[in-house]
Amino acid sequence: MSPFLFGVVNMKKNSAFLIVVPGLIIVFICLGLPLFKVLLPTIFQGNYPASSYVEFFQDAYYLKIFFRTVKMALITTAVCMVAGVPTAYFISRCKKKWKGLLLAISIFPLMTNSIIRSFAWINILGTNGIINRLLTSLGIINEPAKLLYTEFSIIIGSVYLFLPLMIVTVTGVMENIENDLMEAAQSLGANRISAFMKVVFPLSLPGIIVGSILVFTGTLTAYTTPQLLGGNRNLVLSTLIYQKALTVGDWNSASVIALIMIIITVIVIRVFNGLAARLDKRGENHG
Amino acid sequence: MGKNKILCIYAVIVFAFLMIPLFIITVTAFGSGSAITFPIESFSLKWFLNVFTTKSFRESFLTSLLVALLATMISMLVGIPAAYALAKSKMKGKQLIKSIFLSPTIVPGIVIGFVLYQFLVLSLKIPMYLGLLAGHFLVTLPYIIRVVGSSLEQFDFSIEEAAWSLGCKKTTAFFKVVLPNITSGISAAFMLAFINSFNNIPVSMFLSGPGVSTFPATLMNYIEYNYNPTVSAISVLLMLCTMIMMVIVDKTLGIASLAK
Repeated sequence: MSPFLFGVVNMKKNSAFLIVVPGLIIVFICLGLPLFKVLLPTIFQGNYPASSYVEFFQDAYYLKIFFRTVKMALITTAVCMVAGVPTAYFISRCKKKWKGLLLAISIFPLMTNSIIRSFAWINILGTNGIINRLLTSLGIINEPAKLLYTEFSIIIGSVYLFLPLMIVTVTGVMENIENDLMEAAQSLGANRISAFMKVVFPLSLPGIIVGSILVFTGTLTAYTTPQLLGGNRNLVLSTLIYQKALTVGDWNSASVIALIMIIITVIVIRVFNGLAARLDKRGENHG
Repeated sequence: MGKNKILCIYAVIVFAFLMIPLFIITVTAFGSGSAITFPIESFSLKWFLNVFTTKSFRESFLTSLLVALLATMISMLVGIPAAYALAKSKMKGKQLIKSIFLSPTIVPGIVIGFVLYQFLVLSLKIPMYLGLLAGHFLVTLPYIIRVVGSSLEQFDFSIEEAAWSLGCKKTTAFFKVVLPNITSGISAAFMLAFINSFNNIPVSMFLSGPGVSTFPATLMNYIEYNYNPTVSAISVLLMLCTMIMMVIVDKTLGIASLAK
């Protein structure tokens, strides 16, 4: 990458390029080079190119973890959308004083360490946790239910982690939608819900898509929450990397999983952004 | 009005979901029993004392502060000029260069930590703390590029040109005209970068070892072997810091500047 950039600099002695080059070199040394050096060899090892990757997707154990990770990211994104979009709409229509407060309440968790936010759910879902003690004392269940260290607890923890991100992102877009548009739709005979679905929702779709990208890729790659709430039985790709590398010492498998994670992230961002671009064009045609 | 009420109740439930776990964790920090209980049976501050007297917490807290501060500083030194150059020039490949600077956001944190540990620390024998710093530099850089970049988009560059035409040197104009006009963007970028570096776990998980451990990494290890209100007490202290910081940001930059 860097020889190419040096070439460009030599071709046109552009001062803007000179300012940018030191940063590019540092990013290359800190990220590009380590990625190439560690991950590239995994493609060429084995009997045929990419054989490690073919083997990964033929292994039932890995496949299970792979699909679990994707499934949980999908569920988390869907829940965050359902819970976050109406809430964002509510915030964006609030009076200014309330808006600031509600936005602050939404931002606060984002600034709080994710260990704390996961740890809270250990206390709620654990064997001696709040839910289990409440249910046993009420006589609804006799023995504590296994809520913690399940896929369910990872999903709840991930929703808890990423819902504020969805709310804040979507609120940012909805704030720019004029209230008059809603009123106009209603005065033309649309009821509140259809006015929302036909006016506000399409206009805020770009924000919802950005929010979904953040939540989906965030859940897909999150380490803290699945580590704390999933236990050893419910590994996801990121906890699998850590386990493979540091517990088992299988650095090669860890590298394979690492590249797979990067590729999924890039594909997801590409697909969603493509979707957003198409929606934008459709909007332009209407305008 | 009826449907507005439904929306209002919906929002209240969502906010309750966001706040109640943090409220519970706060209450449990003040319990006296060695098991975490809610509600607490009797009041005690001993877990807070435990936080301050535990050496690994004190040391790793300072490590995290230092790493976050250094990483953010380096990112600002690299990122602010880069954001400026990207905002000003109409050069080809501008988008490519910007996406290179933002590329750390595409690579999962655990992967960044993994490749840095394997390449910098294991292969090149670079000291662990430098690897950690490199990782946190990558965490912070995108915030600087994005937030300072968007603040430069609002900046009216004709002011800078006016300074040039009045005989001001380009570097002087940058420091005396451009920078003072984007201080709020720079402050917001600093805050976001610093907080996200301080809170980061996945990048630090591989880049921690004897003598070098960030606060969150120490906390992760602690939780693995201990289940007592010490972690709740730490949570309360960290949340207190977050609150203070948010009030300061709200008074100076406006709370919305953190929503980036």
